[in-house]
Amino acid sequence: MKPAPFAWEWPASLPALLARLAEATGPVKLIAGGQSLGPMLNLRLVEPDLVLDLTGIEELRQAHIEGGTLVLGACVTHADIEDGRVPDVTGGALQRVASAIAYRPVRNRGTVGGSLTHADPAADWVTALTALGAEVEIAGAMGRRRLPVERFVTGALSVALGPAEVVVAVRVPALPEGAAWGYVKHCAKVGEFAHAIGAVRLEPQAGRGRAVIGAVEGPPVLLADARPLFGGRIDAGFATRFDALAADAILREAGMADAVERHIHVTVLARAVAAAAPVASPTPAARPEAA
Amino acid sequence: MSGEGVGAPLPRKEDDRLMRGRGQYVGDLRLPGLQDVAFVRSPLAHARIRAIHVPDAYRDRVFTAGDLDGVSPIRAVSGLPGFKASEQPVLATDKVRQVGELVALCVAPTRAEAEDIAASVVLDLEELPAIHDMLAAREPGSPLVHEQWGDNVFLETLVDVNIASALDAPIRVSRTISTGRQCMAPIEGRGTVVHLDHRLDQLVVHTASQMPHIVRNGLSECLGIEQGRIRIVSPDVGGGFGYKAILLAEDVALCWLALRCGRPVRWLEDRREHLTANANCREHHYRITAYAERDGTLRGIDCEATVDSGAYSAYPFSACLEAAQVASILPGPYDFPAYRCRTWSVATNKCPILPYRGVARTGVCFALELVLDAVAREAGIPPEQVREKNLVRPQQMPFENITKKHFDSGDYPQALARALAAIDVAAVRARQKAGEPDGRRIGLGLSVYCEQAAHGTSVYSGWGIPMVPGHEQASARLTPDGGLELRIGAHSHGQGLETTLAQVAHEILGVPVARTRLVHGDTAMTPYSTGSWGSRVMVMAGGAVAAACEELRDRAVRIGAHLLQASPDACRFEGGHVVGPSGDVPLETVARTWYRRPQDLAPDTDPGGLEVTAGYKPVRDSGTFSYAAHAAVVAVDPDLGAVEILDYVIVEDGGTLVNPLVVDGQIYGGLAQGVGTALFEEMRFDGRGQPLASTLADYLLPGAPDVPMARIDHMETPSPYTRFGQKGIGEGGAIAPPAALANAINDALAPLGVEMRHSPVTPRRIVEAMLAAKAPAGIAREAA
Repeated sequence: MKPAPFAWEWPASLPALLARLAEATGPVKLIAGGQSLGPMLNLRLVEPDLVLDLTGIEELRQAHIEGGTLVLGACVTHADIEDGRVPDVTGGALQRVASAIAYRPVRNRGTVGGSLTHADPAADWVTALTALGAEVEIAGAMGRRRLPVERFVTGALSVALGPAEVVVAVRVPALPEGAAWGYVKHCAKVGEFAHAIGAVRLEPQAGRGRAVIGAVEGPPVLLADARPLFGGRIDAGFATRFDALAADAILREAGMADAVERHIHVTVLARAVAAAAPVASPTPAARPEAA
Repeated sequence: MSGEGVGAPLPRKEDDRLMRGRGQYVGDLRLPGLQDVAFVRSPLAHARIRAIHVPDAYRDRVFTAGDLDGVSPIRAVSGLPGFKASEQPVLATDKVRQVGELVALCVAPTRAEAEDIAASVVLDLEELPAIHDMLAAREPGSPLVHEQWGDNVFLETLVDVNIASALDAPIRVSRTISTGRQCMAPIEGRGTVVHLDHRLDQLVVHTASQMPHIVRNGLSECLGIEQGRIRIVSPDVGGGFGYKAILLAEDVALCWLALRCGRPVRWLEDRREHLTANANCREHHYRITAYAERDGTLRGIDCEATVDSGAYSAYPFSACLEAAQVASILPGPYDFPAYRCRTWSVATNKCPILPYRGVARTGVCFALELVLDAVAREAGIPPEQVREKNLVRPQQMPFENITKKHFDSGDYPQALARALAAIDVAAVRARQKAGEPDGRRIGLGLSVYCEQAAHGTSVYSGWGIPMVPGHEQASARLTPDGGLELRIGAHSHGQGLETTLAQVAHEILGVPVARTRLVHGDTAMTPYSTGSWGSRVMVMAGGAVAAACEELRDRAVRIGAHLLQASPDACRFEGGHVVGPSGDVPLETVARTWYRRPQDLAPDTDPGGLEVTAGYKPVRDSGTFSYAAHAAVVAVDPDLGAVEILDYVIVEDGGTLVNPLVVDGQIYGGLAQGVGTALFEEMRFDGRGQPLASTLADYLLPGAPDVPMARIDHMETPSPYTRFGQKGIGEGGAIAPPAALANAINDALAPLGVEMRHSPVTPRRIVEAMLAAKAPAGIAREAA
């Protein structure tokens, strides 16, 4: 379990990185925390000629609030978020998601941009940031562009990123006053990759909301309009009207043929809904975030 | 004495170095000119080798079977009638029989470069149908792992003790029960460094081994060189659990390579090799029927057991140790009058099955304890009643069971009673009845087992495997300043022997534990031993150390008596001193006199001096029987299959405890592994025999939050046959948890019509069973 030979470079600035990406000929990999790429290199699942280390680029490690939107540099670590070293606009939602990612040593090194770009369907940020309506900011030779996370993640381990592009930031919109957030993941053991994730971001006052079913085969299943899960409307009583049959049908349509898988995902989504409910539910939702 | 002898809860001496990162493992060894080895391994489970293409640039760095002049395959033949032998080539010859089998050896200055070379070697393989299901492998027409056998059965055995007498029992419960294939997962993998010592004309083999002397036997046979030319050094070993009791083809290959190239060579197993190519264990399948009276009294047990032995018979324990043991130990701690057990050790295209802590006992305990709970449900009686009705009783001791196992001592019903009291059955039942606010279900599970340990010549000669334990020897030497050196041929890979054997010596000689050193893990410096396996060392090496120290003490008394100008008969040894009628001499003075002032010795002094090698066997060598009752309380989330262990109680009887802290450590560690067996660990294979986990992200081990803080209660019923009454307890912690936890889960889910019968009991399996029990009702409707 030793990687095939590769060159390692450490560009000091974003322009230097983009220039290097533009001129490189063979396969290139970008490394930040290395929590996924490291094992893949060691297992020789990837054999790049060149590895570019992003952690020397100061801009990528910054975080700030810009007009109500939280801008997290791509190299902000899960632990930075967990420990509150970056600002928040989600009422602690990001912090709670971050604190349950894998194990602390992984969180110390793993980055939000790296996790999204790796796009493991079972990773927390892929689902959580989709549910929060976040955008990915991408830099390339032609300048910058933004994509909603759901359009950035195109499949398992697959993202809409050009060969000479890099994710520089994740932009998370503020959770509005009165919005409800619920996030539950199901693992066989603490720290393991999730087998199912449910996330909801609901605005009962505005009557709208998003729901995401994650840790599925491909990209997360997004309901940008979650009303069908609640009998057609989202209001203060949403939790009592969660329609498991509707969720099951959605997963069936999404191609999830295995009834056991569907049962688990629907259960987890139901618990995310219960966790989002303003009053603590007496049902199994009593153990949110780590069912 | 000073409170350091047998029974003292001393912290372990060795932990000072191990916990500070100062342990010395094979991977820490640095030798000038060291070359690293990586292997080209078979990517297929079953294939004929048509060709191996080596790039011209690497012809002098890559070796294949044709290069291994004079090297014999590994053969571990059992003497049991009908056993079919396999020959495990050191490097594959005509075909490969498992994924990960060694095909070529690549050597380079670093492991990374060796892996680059390995990646450049191209194998031309003709894939053959692989057989990875042990039941299918028994069927006629199955692909054959070893064509010349005509079938895939290493060995079939049958025991029948009057099973016909049980058939009219009013309760008859049949179950199919199975255990997943696991990988042992010591923190340190295997590793071997070999160099030549030209001065002694020896191959010096540094290897992480539990049994250096047995490795020397095996290497000598495979390499065809005399034992005197081989020295095995096993330094600190980072966990063994049975995996390091095996001679690997890698070890043989490294020795050949060192002889061939004359330079130090090293192979350090990585986790992928460990998981996919080597450390397999545990996979059993049972069709078991219990016959009982309505009150739970067992009338008989009838069983067909199959063990997936993998492709080859591993050295020295052989391919049939598991299944052959199943037949003899399935009755466990219970007394019943009729029994039949047929077993098959089956060859498949998987890694050889290796003995893992608990060996066959974990599987038989799982099968028997699950079926006892099924009897209880069928009879409508509490599960504890079935055990109470059938456990061997103290007044029967010593007891010979239905398979002629000789139980030395113990009070099994008391262990169960204490466990039931500690877990508070009434309170658990009340909570269960009340229901949980979060919708989870509470379950109570029990499991009782006995662990035959330190079994010796009379038992192993019957199995006829390449290794039969005889007398265990130990050497004890006083140093000129009165310190003590002990030498044993067994090895410590986490058991705390450096502390506990010093305690044994202290009991007799009074030398402070801090001044006693254990020399072990080196064939050049220790007496022959079969090594550390079978929970035997505290009984066997403990007994041998005691015997050597007693002889040393008697010699010291004779020297001391002369110094005191007294008759030896008038002197005694006490508190580290020779005490005579008119004074006393400390052991230090005796030592100084023998080594430094021989002019003060009596003219007729014993020339043997203060260095003794003594041998030991227990009064009976049929083994000690430690035992325990485990009780678990779990909360099960039926919709997601999540299991939380709420409480766990262990009442263990290990005879006289040499060091209760060390025993607790053994139990906790075993429990952690038992939790892994019960809930997490499984190596699955696809239809072509490909292992489906190659990292610890896919092969799930329990983490710290998953292992309960068990409450341990000790009983101490001495063994009548051992030196201090001690019994082997090294494996027990890993035996009972899978059964206790599965029974607890089944107790929780029984009202839903769910009964889990395969370990590990994963969340997915629970949900599957739960949905199957509910069918044909709408699945989605229930989900909310």
